[in-house]
Amino acid sequence: MSTQVQEPEVMTPPQGDYDPASAVSAGRGKRSRPLFDPPIVRRALVDSLVKLNPATLAKNPVMFVVEIGAALTTGLLVKTLVTGGGGLGFEFQIAAWLWFTVYFANFAEAMAEGRGKAQADSLRKGKTDAQARKIGPSGAVEQVSAASLRKGDVCLCEPNDVIPGDGEVIEGIASVDESVITGESAPVIRESGGDRSAVTGGTKVLSDAIKVRITSNPGETFLDRMIALVEGAQRQKTPNEIALNIMIAGLTLIFLFAVMTLAPFAQYSVAQAKAGVVPSIIVLVSLLVCLIPTTIGGLLSAIGIAGMDRVMQHNVLAMSGKAVEAAGDVNTLLLDKTGTITLGNRQAVEFLPVDGVTESDLADAAQLSSLADETPEGRSIVVLAKEKYGLRGRDIGAGEAEFIEFTAQTRMSGIDFQGRRIRKGATGSVKQHVIDLGGRFPERAAELADAISRQGGTPLAVSDGARVLGVIHLKDIVKGGMKERFAQMRVMGIRTVMITGDNPLTAAAIAAEAGVDDFLAQATPADKLELIRKEQAGGRLVAMTGDGTNDAPALAQADVGVAMNTGTMAAKEAGNMVDLDSNPTKLIEVVAIGKQLLITRGALTTFSIANDVAKYFAIIPAMFAVTYPSLNRLNIMQLHTPESAILAAVIFNALIIIGLVPLALRGVKYRPLSAGALLRRNLLIYGLGGVIVPFPGIWIIDRLLGLLHLA
Amino acid sequence: MTVNGWIQIAIFFALIVACAKPLGTLIANVMEGRRNFLSPVFGPVEKLIYRLCGVRTDAKGQPEEQHWTRYAGALLAFSVTSAVLLYAIQRLQVWLPFNPQGFSQNNVSPDLAFNTAVSFTTNTNWQSYVPETTISYFVQMAGLTVHNFLSAAAGLAIAIALVRGFARHSLQTIGNFWADLTRATLYVLLPISILAALVLCSQGVIQNLHPYTAVTTLEGAKQTIAQGPVASQEAIKMLGTNGGGFFNANSAHPFENPTPFTNMFQMFLIFLIPGALTYTFGKMVRDTRQGWALFAAMSVLWFAGVVTCYHFEQRGTPMLEKAGIEMTATATQSGGNMEGKETRFGIADSALFATVTTDASCGAVNSWHDSFTPLGGLVPLFNIQLGEVVFGGVGAGLYGMLMFAILAVFIAGLMVGRTPEYLGKKIEQKEVKMAMLAMLVLAASILFFAAGSSVMEFAKNSYWNAPGPAAANINNPGAHGLSEILYAFTSATGNNGSAFAGINANTPWYNLTLGFAMLVGRFLMLLPLLAIAGSLAAKKQVPVSAGTFPTHGPLFVSLLVGVVVIVGALTYFPAISLGPLVEHLML
Repeated sequence: MSTQVQEPEVMTPPQGDYDPASAVSAGRGKRSRPLFDPPIVRRALVDSLVKLNPATLAKNPVMFVVEIGAALTTGLLVKTLVTGGGGLGFEFQIAAWLWFTVYFANFAEAMAEGRGKAQADSLRKGKTDAQARKIGPSGAVEQVSAASLRKGDVCLCEPNDVIPGDGEVIEGIASVDESVITGESAPVIRESGGDRSAVTGGTKVLSDAIKVRITSNPGETFLDRMIALVEGAQRQKTPNEIALNIMIAGLTLIFLFAVMTLAPFAQYSVAQAKAGVVPSIIVLVSLLVCLIPTTIGGLLSAIGIAGMDRVMQHNVLAMSGKAVEAAGDVNTLLLDKTGTITLGNRQAVEFLPVDGVTESDLADAAQLSSLADETPEGRSIVVLAKEKYGLRGRDIGAGEAEFIEFTAQTRMSGIDFQGRRIRKGATGSVKQHVIDLGGRFPERAAELADAISRQGGTPLAVSDGARVLGVIHLKDIVKGGMKERFAQMRVMGIRTVMITGDNPLTAAAIAAEAGVDDFLAQATPADKLELIRKEQAGGRLVAMTGDGTNDAPALAQADVGVAMNTGTMAAKEAGNMVDLDSNPTKLIEVVAIGKQLLITRGALTTFSIANDVAKYFAIIPAMFAVTYPSLNRLNIMQLHTPESAILAAVIFNALIIIGLVPLALRGVKYRPLSAGALLRRNLLIYGLGGVIVPFPGIWIIDRLLGLLHLA
Repeated sequence: MTVNGWIQIAIFFALIVACAKPLGTLIANVMEGRRNFLSPVFGPVEKLIYRLCGVRTDAKGQPEEQHWTRYAGALLAFSVTSAVLLYAIQRLQVWLPFNPQGFSQNNVSPDLAFNTAVSFTTNTNWQSYVPETTISYFVQMAGLTVHNFLSAAAGLAIAIALVRGFARHSLQTIGNFWADLTRATLYVLLPISILAALVLCSQGVIQNLHPYTAVTTLEGAKQTIAQGPVASQEAIKMLGTNGGGFFNANSAHPFENPTPFTNMFQMFLIFLIPGALTYTFGKMVRDTRQGWALFAAMSVLWFAGVVTCYHFEQRGTPMLEKAGIEMTATATQSGGNMEGKETRFGIADSALFATVTTDASCGAVNSWHDSFTPLGGLVPLFNIQLGEVVFGGVGAGLYGMLMFAILAVFIAGLMVGRTPEYLGKKIEQKEVKMAMLAMLVLAASILFFAAGSSVMEFAKNSYWNAPGPAAANINNPGAHGLSEILYAFTSATGNNGSAFAGINANTPWYNLTLGFAMLVGRFLMLLPLLAIAGSLAAKKQVPVSAGTFPTHGPLFVSLLVGVVVIVGALTYFPAISLGPLVEHLML
């Protein structure tokens, strides 16, 4: 790392094992499966029956009411069967459709869960009963079962060994296949010390050997947690889901009151009009089921599970649904500059000579000094020299030259070659170097260096002996499309803050180029934590990504903390999401998914309530067709008989649930618009649409029932 | 519908708009304890009251802040005590002064006294009794008028407490009930009432303590003309959205409401404070646009009500037309349905009055709602069922509308992809739970009591209901009878107090059930709202960003109007369809 002199180690970018340009697209789709995958559908069809169990259904007040109604109707149907009497066909159909209503809601939930279960099954395959080579206190290696390992045990992992549990590499370096977790087949490097020391149980060593200290007991490993999460075993209702549940339960009660009191009102009316009968229990139950918000009630849990699943499809593991929901609420996004906003490395873009040196001389010297420099910055110097001045990289034998490695003391690297002593490094170091050799640091070079800094670049001075040749301009390359994304964020009301170890001048320039709203320069972990606290004190929700151990406090403090899978165990424990692709840009997608989750809930709630208008117009006139024939003027859909009107409303109510399953699973399409525009759009579609759609829907069903002589 | 009618409606609205800002500012200053132009006069009185009542104040004279539970406790203790007192003075009136007619406790049965005590404490002012043949001047002045002030002041206090919940952040307290009550009475209700009473007197509203006058009419018949201290009670009756008339005929009585001018003035008094409170709200949350948005939503609902009511009353009914009555307005005749309306007010002012009095929780009437056309009468009924949030009662309208705003923001706010926020406060589990609870109890009270009364069987001459079955108390059978029962419990639960009449409610069954409906409608609504206030005050304030759903534009106004109407319609449509709606369809 010869050139990253200004980058404090906290800010170490996600390393090597991912390609920032393609990670977003690579992460996506890897785990996606078709919406209606036949095996999942088959399993869901069966699971939906199991879910009819009242004990499980009682957790969902709306559908529980429907089930009670269905049971009641069935009981009355049986009674009619035994005692005889008319209306059998009608009663049978109502009872059947009420059961279907419950079944459809169960199906939606089972489908959402099924997708997670399928995922869990494939993860379980990684949990083979591995053997481990445990290193005892004496240093002796013994074969034990992986399940017997406890926290603190140390074991040896060699090529083709499955790492027996989550742990930390304490010795050695190895390439590891983590595809079981990440779905990414390219191996990653794991080594002791630093931020790449964490290994995950179930992954496989491909080459070399490492010693791993186990950090979690069996059953608590990352893989176990991951399986539990995707399976929904630990699924807890999120705060917003609970609040929405309370609201729809409340609405259900209000409609229950309205329908219960309709019986006495009807009794009074029948007595006064001396015509007709009080609507039967079956009819009242039908009205109730049509009115209560079954659409959202039936799909609510499916929406939540599907939201988690969508996050998973982006290869992000959310530790709780709450975290996904919080992502939608985020006001401030803290983004590390390196790797997130800019490409991981700076690149040389210009050679600026001083004191009569030609550009090509400078380029030549710079290239020579960088030949042995394997850092991306070094390589970029070689490449720039070649592209701009046609200087080809030379093969210099080890005997002809001596390469000077970068050290923390000298903060320079270079080459001693044919009597030349070329050095490149931070301006301060090179200045010291030439002064020590009796030379002087030209003012022009200092001016150039300042100018580069001001533009957000990093100047590297190049010297030959005591003479300064010039300055290389290293530049942070902002990733393509970032500016547009930040603009979208701004529209969504999210403030982006760039975190960097750079000095304020450099930071400001990059911030301006990338289009972020604010930046935090020369950031230390403490600064970062302080910033998060400050934002939160102002009522804002903060999201951030991090990977290093010293990011852990900030990750824990942030409302949404996305840890990179390449990061340390401490970081992964502290955050509430883990990005398996280790792509910090994905935070932006997670935010969108969180928003989509809330929008889907709101849209279906609005739709569900709006639907009631049409149902009233269908059922009320039908109920009192004999008592008050004048009420038939409310029958604006011209439904042909009272039975058919009621049946059509009940059928529509059941079918709309199944019709909206894809929407619940996929989520309402989210567009980055301002809140006002978004609301106007969704209100129009789901509010007004919800009022209108049932009218033709019920009308068509009514005609079909007539054609089929069902009512 | 006449040009004259529309002009009067326009003048009325212009007056309300014009007064919103100045009065709203005053109320905000008063309730926050800031100095205002009345401080030199009332400041020392306020201090004295605090000293006498033991309200602890800090060095700056600001009263000690209360947690919402203490605030609610103070409100409940105050209400119970004052209700018991009112019950007592009714029952003891024969031994008390100012009783020239010699009314005794026999005039006020225990169930009636309970009903009346509850009715005036809850700002309902439902009157099962006939005032001029039941209660003394003392009860009118020391009991009913006092409660007119205090129940309105309590409503205003609670609204301000809820607004503080939005305006404050990270605080555990929502104000001091005793101070709010004192300030509302002293600086707002008293001065305006005094002025208003003088205006009314100048127009011929009586104010005396004379015994009733016995006169011989031109036809030689004997007639007793009731007297009393009317103007002083009339002013606060309207200003405090109380509505309990000094006379049985309420604002249709010439001694209460003698001229078209006083009629306009009375309607103006009803909306005066509720309209201004929206501005107070905006000022206290430091964004007056928020207040105007509520004002706009209320105005839309008010206007829709007036237009509907005016339209159907002017159109009359086929029956009236068949009877040969002119239905179109002419220069000399009002036309339309004049049954139950005063000729000095006519169709427009009666329709406007009926709408205004039920938009607010006033319940004063200048015409008989029972005699309105089915859909014309549906307007007052539905207004109350919406929760009287269209300007609404003093304080009650604002807190009711804020409850709907919370629900509207929660339902639709999700669609912007954020945890719903209103005025920077996240609307979460607790707020939703409490708002739903308030809605539930209101719906339950109206529906179950009305349903019970439509089928409840009693033996004839039974103690509970002498006329027999509860439905026997109605004068009009058929669908209209159901409307009458429904209206009674709607009015009681909504703390409105107006009646569809046509129903004899002075029996133990109705007195008690209506009394309970009033208690439920007042306190089971207030407690959840105070809980919301407490919860909101403790929350942080989320700063506004582009991702915040703006709650001050036309979009929010239409959303709010939509939620109010749809929730009301969905809850009551079945009941309404068997009452006013089918009545209309059967015309």
